[in-house]
Amino acid sequence: MKARVIVTLKSAVLDPQGKAIEGALRSLGVNGVQSVRQGKVFDVELAGNDRDVAEVALKEACDKLLANTVIETYRIEFA
Amino acid sequence: MKPAVILFPGSNRERDAARALRLVAGAKPNIVWHAEHELPAGTDLVVLPGGFSYGDYLRCGAIAARANIMDAVRAHAAKGGLVLGICNGFQILCEAGLLPGVLVRNARLRFVCREVVLRVERADTAFTKAYRKADLIRIPVAHGEGNYTADEATITELEKEGRVAFRYARPDGQIDETDGPNGSINGIAGIYSEKFNVLGMMPHPENYIEPEIGPTDGRGLFESLAGALKAA
Repeated sequence: MKARVIVTLKSAVLDPQGKAIEGALRSLGVNGVQSVRQGKVFDVELAGNDRDVAEVALKEACDKLLANTVIETYRIEFA
Repeated sequence: MKPAVILFPGSNRERDAARALRLVAGAKPNIVWHAEHELPAGTDLVVLPGGFSYGDYLRCGAIAARANIMDAVRAHAAKGGLVLGICNGFQILCEAGLLPGVLVRNARLRFVCREVVLRVERADTAFTKAYRKADLIRIPVAHGEGNYTADEATITELEKEGRVAFRYARPDGQIDETDGPNGSINGIAGIYSEKFNVLGMMPHPENYIEPEIGPTDGRGLFESLAGALKAA
Protein backbone atom coordinates (compact mmCIF):
# COMPACT_ATOMS: atom_id res chain seq x y z
CA MET A 1 0.00 0.00 0.00
CA LYS A 2 1.25 3.49 -0.80
CA ALA A 3 0.74 6.58 1.25
CA ARG A 4 1.91 10.14 1.20
CA VAL A 5 2.76 12.16 4.29
CA ILE A 6 2.74 15.92 3.91
CA VAL A 7 4.49 17.98 6.58
CA THR A 8 4.04 21.74 6.64
CA LEU A 9 4.99 24.54 8.99
CA LYS A 10 2.23 25.77 11.28
CA SER A 11 0.76 29.00 9.99
CA ALA A 12 2.11 31.04 12.91
CA VAL A 13 5.71 29.96 12.19
CA LEU A 14 7.76 32.23 9.95
CA ASP A 15 9.10 30.50 6.84
CA PRO A 16 12.15 32.40 5.58
CA GLN A 17 12.76 29.80 2.85
CA GLY A 18 9.22 30.19 1.54
CA LYS A 19 9.71 33.96 1.56
CA ALA A 20 12.94 33.63 -0.45
CA ILE A 21 11.21 31.38 -3.01
CA GLU A 22 8.34 33.84 -3.18
CA GLY A 23 10.80 36.63 -3.94
CA ALA A 24 12.54 34.52 -6.61
CA LEU A 25 9.24 33.77 -8.34
CA ARG A 26 8.44 37.46 -8.36
CA SER A 27 11.79 38.31 -9.88
CA LEU A 28 11.23 35.62 -12.53
CA GLY A 29 8.09 37.44 -13.52
CA VAL A 30 5.69 34.68 -12.46
CA ASN A 31 2.44 36.54 -11.99
CA GLY A 32 -0.19 36.22 -9.32
CA VAL A 33 1.82 34.44 -6.64
CA GLN A 34 0.70 35.90 -3.33
CA SER A 35 2.73 33.78 -0.95
CA VAL A 36 4.77 30.55 -0.79
CA ARG A 37 5.32 28.25 2.16
CA GLN A 38 7.69 25.32 1.87
CA GLY A 39 6.95 21.87 3.24
CA LYS A 40 8.05 18.25 2.89
CA VAL A 41 6.49 15.22 1.19
CA PHE A 42 7.28 11.61 2.17
CA ASP A 43 6.10 8.80 -0.09
CA VAL A 44 5.85 5.70 2.04
CA GLU A 45 5.27 2.09 1.00
CA LEU A 46 3.59 -0.05 3.62
CA ALA A 47 3.26 -3.78 4.05
CA GLY A 48 -0.29 -5.16 4.06
CA ASN A 49 -3.54 -3.64 2.87
CA ASP A 50 -5.25 -2.59 6.06
CA ARG A 51 -5.69 1.16 5.90
CA ASP A 52 -6.45 1.58 9.60
CA VAL A 53 -3.31 -0.30 10.59
CA ALA A 54 -1.29 1.76 8.12
CA GLU A 55 -2.72 4.99 9.45
CA VAL A 56 -1.74 4.09 13.01
CA ALA A 57 1.82 3.32 11.88
CA LEU A 58 2.08 6.53 9.87
CA LYS A 59 0.79 8.65 12.75
CA GLU A 60 3.42 7.07 14.96
CA ALA A 61 6.06 7.78 12.31
CA CYS A 62 4.98 11.43 12.16
CA ASP A 63 4.84 11.97 15.91
CA LYS A 64 8.14 10.19 16.54
CA LEU A 65 10.21 11.49 13.67
CA LEU A 66 8.77 12.90 10.45
CA ALA A 67 7.29 16.05 11.97
CA ASN A 68 8.37 18.29 14.81
CA THR A 69 4.96 19.16 16.18
CA VAL A 70 6.34 22.23 17.94
CA ILE A 71 6.44 23.96 14.56
CA GLU A 72 4.94 21.55 12.02
CA THR A 73 1.66 19.81 11.25
CA TYR A 74 1.18 16.73 9.09
CA ARG A 75 -1.42 15.18 6.86
CA ILE A 76 -1.65 11.57 5.66
CA GLU A 77 -3.05 10.68 2.23
CA PHE A 78 -3.59 7.23 0.71
CA ALA A 79 -3.12 6.60 -2.99
CA MET B 1 34.86 15.04 36.76
CA LYS B 2 34.05 12.34 34.24
CA PRO B 3 32.65 13.73 31.00
CA ALA B 4 31.32 11.74 28.05
CA VAL B 5 31.29 13.42 24.63
CA ILE B 6 28.76 11.75 22.34
CA LEU B 7 29.80 11.13 18.76
CA PHE B 8 27.11 10.92 16.08
CA PRO B 9 27.73 10.29 12.40
CA GLY B 10 28.43 13.81 11.14
CA SER B 11 29.49 15.35 14.45
CA ASN B 12 32.69 17.31 13.84
CA ARG B 13 33.44 19.28 17.01
CA GLU B 14 33.78 16.37 19.42
CA ARG B 15 37.55 16.65 19.61
CA ASP B 16 37.42 20.39 20.29
CA ALA B 17 34.91 19.83 23.08
CA ALA B 18 37.09 17.06 24.53
CA ARG B 19 40.16 19.27 24.22
CA ALA B 20 38.49 22.11 26.12
CA LEU B 21 37.47 19.68 28.87
CA ARG B 22 41.06 18.43 29.06
CA LEU B 23 42.84 21.79 28.90
CA VAL B 24 40.52 23.90 31.02
CA ALA B 25 38.81 21.41 33.32
CA GLY B 26 41.64 18.88 33.59
CA ALA B 27 39.25 16.06 32.69
CA LYS B 28 39.78 12.88 30.69
CA PRO B 29 36.67 12.75 28.52
CA ASN B 30 35.38 9.55 26.97
CA ILE B 31 34.17 9.75 23.39
CA VAL B 32 31.01 7.64 23.21
CA TRP B 33 29.53 6.32 19.96
CA HIS B 34 25.83 7.07 19.46
CA ALA B 35 24.87 3.40 18.97
CA GLU B 36 25.89 2.53 22.54
CA HIS B 37 23.08 1.95 25.02
CA GLU B 38 24.91 3.08 28.15
CA LEU B 39 27.17 5.88 29.29
CA PRO B 40 30.51 4.85 30.86
CA ALA B 41 30.04 4.18 34.59
CA GLY B 42 30.47 7.30 36.70
CA THR B 43 29.75 9.76 33.88
CA ASP B 44 28.80 13.07 35.49
CA LEU B 45 28.66 15.31 32.42
CA VAL B 46 27.38 14.54 28.92
CA VAL B 47 28.43 16.81 26.06
CA LEU B 48 26.62 16.76 22.71
CA PRO B 49 29.09 18.43 20.36
CA GLY B 50 28.60 20.59 17.30
CA GLY B 51 28.59 19.41 13.73
CA PHE B 52 26.11 18.18 11.20
CA SER B 53 24.79 14.90 12.57
CA TYR B 54 23.21 12.86 9.77
CA GLY B 55 23.98 15.71 7.38
CA ASP B 56 21.14 17.75 8.92
CA TYR B 57 18.77 15.43 7.02
CA LEU B 58 15.05 15.79 7.84
CA ARG B 59 15.63 18.53 10.43
CA CYS B 60 18.82 19.52 12.26
CA GLY B 61 19.41 17.05 15.08
CA ALA B 62 16.19 15.12 14.40
CA ILE B 63 17.73 11.75 13.63
CA ALA B 64 20.51 11.99 16.22
CA ALA B 65 17.88 12.76 18.86
CA ARG B 66 16.46 9.26 18.30
CA ALA B 67 19.83 7.44 18.67
CA ASN B 68 20.24 4.60 21.18
CA ILE B 69 22.49 6.60 23.48
CA MET B 70 19.87 9.32 23.89
CA ASP B 71 17.80 7.12 26.20
CA ALA B 72 20.83 6.92 28.50
CA VAL B 73 21.33 10.69 28.20
CA ARG B 74 17.66 11.21 29.08
CA ALA B 75 18.00 8.96 32.14
CA HIS B 76 21.19 10.81 33.17
CA ALA B 77 19.38 14.17 32.88
CA ALA B 78 16.33 12.87 34.76
CA LYS B 79 18.61 12.02 37.70
CA GLY B 80 19.90 15.60 37.68
CA GLY B 81 23.08 14.81 35.73
CA LEU B 82 24.66 17.66 33.75
CA VAL B 83 24.18 17.81 29.98
CA LEU B 84 25.72 20.42 27.67
CA GLY B 85 24.64 20.70 24.03
CA ILE B 86 26.65 23.00 21.79
CA CYS B 87 25.31 24.10 18.39
CA ASN B 88 24.12 20.86 16.73
CA GLY B 89 24.07 19.50 20.29
CA PHE B 90 21.53 22.19 21.22
CA GLN B 91 19.43 21.24 18.18
CA ILE B 92 19.59 17.58 19.25
CA LEU B 93 18.49 18.44 22.83
CA CYS B 94 15.45 20.29 21.47
CA GLU B 95 14.56 17.47 19.08
CA ALA B 96 14.98 14.95 21.91
CA GLY B 97 12.56 16.88 24.11
CA LEU B 98 15.22 17.57 26.75
CA LEU B 99 14.80 21.27 26.09
CA PRO B 100 11.68 23.04 24.82
CA GLY B 101 11.32 24.78 21.47
CA VAL B 102 13.26 24.30 18.26
CA LEU B 103 16.00 25.93 16.22
CA VAL B 104 14.92 26.93 12.73
CA ARG B 105 16.59 28.50 9.71
CA ASN B 106 18.35 31.82 10.41
CA ALA B 107 15.99 34.70 9.72
CA ARG B 108 18.25 36.10 7.02
CA LEU B 109 18.80 32.63 5.52
CA ARG B 110 22.60 32.88 5.68
CA PHE B 111 24.97 30.55 7.43
CA VAL B 112 26.58 32.81 10.03
CA CYS B 113 30.20 32.18 11.05
CA ARG B 114 31.54 34.98 13.21
CA GLU B 115 32.21 36.18 16.72
CA VAL B 116 29.22 37.41 18.72
CA VAL B 117 28.82 39.13 22.07
CA LEU B 118 26.81 37.18 24.64
CA ARG B 119 25.32 38.50 27.84
CA VAL B 120 25.53 36.01 30.70
CA GLU B 121 22.02 36.04 32.15
CA ARG B 122 22.80 34.31 35.43
CA ALA B 123 26.00 33.21 37.15
CA ASP B 124 24.58 30.80 39.70
CA THR B 125 24.39 27.60 37.62
CA ALA B 126 26.83 24.71 37.24
CA PHE B 127 27.69 26.12 33.79
CA THR B 128 28.26 29.77 34.62
CA LYS B 129 29.60 30.17 38.18
CA ALA B 130 32.95 31.38 36.88
CA TYR B 131 31.25 34.35 35.19
CA ARG B 132 29.39 37.25 36.73
CA LYS B 133 25.77 38.08 35.97
CA ALA B 134 25.52 40.45 32.99
CA ASP B 135 29.12 39.74 31.92
CA LEU B 136 29.59 40.37 28.20
CA ILE B 137 31.64 37.60 26.64
CA ARG B 138 32.92 37.10 23.11
CA ILE B 139 32.20 33.65 21.65
CA PRO B 140 32.01 32.49 18.02
CA VAL B 141 28.93 31.11 16.29
CA ALA B 142 28.82 28.96 13.14
CA HIS B 143 25.36 27.85 12.14
CA GLY B 144 22.60 28.07 9.55
CA GLU B 145 19.77 27.02 11.87
CA GLY B 146 20.15 28.88 15.14
CA ASN B 147 16.92 30.83 15.18
CA TYR B 148 15.37 29.79 18.48
CA THR B 149 11.60 29.62 18.44
CA ALA B 150 8.86 28.22 20.65
CA ASP B 151 5.21 29.01 21.30
CA GLU B 152 4.36 32.08 23.34
CA ALA B 153 3.53 30.11 26.50
CA THR B 154 6.95 28.41 26.43
CA ILE B 155 8.81 31.70 25.94
CA THR B 156 6.86 33.32 28.77
CA GLU B 157 7.68 30.36 31.02
CA LEU B 158 11.40 30.41 30.11
CA GLU B 159 11.61 34.12 30.86
CA LYS B 160 9.61 33.89 34.08
CA GLU B 161 11.75 31.04 35.39
CA GLY B 162 15.00 32.74 34.38
CA ARG B 163 15.94 29.89 32.07
CA VAL B 164 17.62 31.95 29.38
CA ALA B 165 21.34 31.26 29.80
CA PHE B 166 22.84 33.65 27.25
CA ARG B 167 21.50 36.32 24.91
CA TYR B 168 23.06 37.83 21.80
CA ALA B 169 23.96 41.38 22.80
CA ARG B 170 25.37 44.51 21.25
CA PRO B 171 28.87 45.46 22.44
CA ASP B 172 27.23 47.90 24.88
CA GLY B 173 25.22 45.05 26.41
CA GLN B 174 21.85 46.02 24.95
CA ILE B 175 19.72 43.19 23.59
CA ASP B 176 18.25 43.78 20.16
CA GLU B 177 17.04 40.67 18.42
CA THR B 178 17.15 42.36 15.02
CA ASP B 179 20.91 42.78 15.53
CA GLY B 180 21.44 39.13 16.50
CA PRO B 181 22.99 36.62 14.11
CA ASN B 182 19.86 34.54 13.50
CA GLY B 183 16.61 36.22 14.54
CA SER B 184 16.12 34.25 17.79
CA ILE B 185 13.19 35.39 19.94
CA ASN B 186 14.38 37.73 22.74
CA GLY B 187 17.96 37.27 21.51
CA ILE B 188 18.06 33.78 23.01
CA ALA B 189 21.44 32.09 22.45
CA GLY B 190 21.10 29.36 25.06
CA ILE B 191 18.54 27.97 27.51
CA TYR B 192 18.40 25.76 30.59
CA SER B 193 16.09 22.90 31.48
CA GLU B 194 13.68 23.30 34.39
CA LYS B 195 16.26 22.07 36.91
CA PHE B 196 19.15 23.99 35.32
CA ASN B 197 21.13 20.78 34.75
CA VAL B 198 20.73 20.78 30.96
CA LEU B 199 22.14 23.66 28.90
CA GLY B 200 21.80 24.07 25.14
CA MET B 201 23.61 26.90 23.38
CA MET B 202 24.35 27.79 19.75
CA PRO B 203 27.73 29.57 20.29
CA HIS B 204 30.95 27.57 20.64
CA PRO B 205 32.72 28.25 23.97
CA GLU B 206 35.22 25.47 23.14
CA ASN B 207 36.64 27.69 20.38
CA TYR B 208 37.82 30.42 22.73
CA ILE B 209 39.94 28.77 25.40
CA GLU B 210 43.53 29.47 24.33
CA PRO B 211 45.29 32.85 24.08
CA GLU B 212 47.18 31.59 21.00
CA ILE B 213 43.86 31.47 19.15
CA GLY B 214 42.37 34.71 20.46
CA PRO B 215 39.96 35.57 23.25
CA THR B 216 39.57 33.07 26.08
CA ASP B 217 36.03 33.95 27.16
CA GLY B 218 34.90 30.35 26.65
CA ARG B 219 37.09 29.08 29.51
CA GLY B 220 34.60 30.24 32.14
CA LEU B 221 32.05 27.65 31.09
CA PHE B 222 34.49 24.74 31.44
CA GLU B 223 35.94 26.19 34.67
CA SER B 224 32.40 26.41 36.04
CA LEU B 225 31.74 22.76 35.18
CA ALA B 226 35.03 21.67 36.76
CA GLY B 227 34.14 23.57 39.92
CA ALA B 228 30.61 22.23 40.07
CA LEU B 229 31.67 18.62 39.60
CA LYS B 230 34.59 18.85 41.99
CA ALA B 231 32.28 20.15 44.70
CA ALA B 232 29.70 17.44 44.02
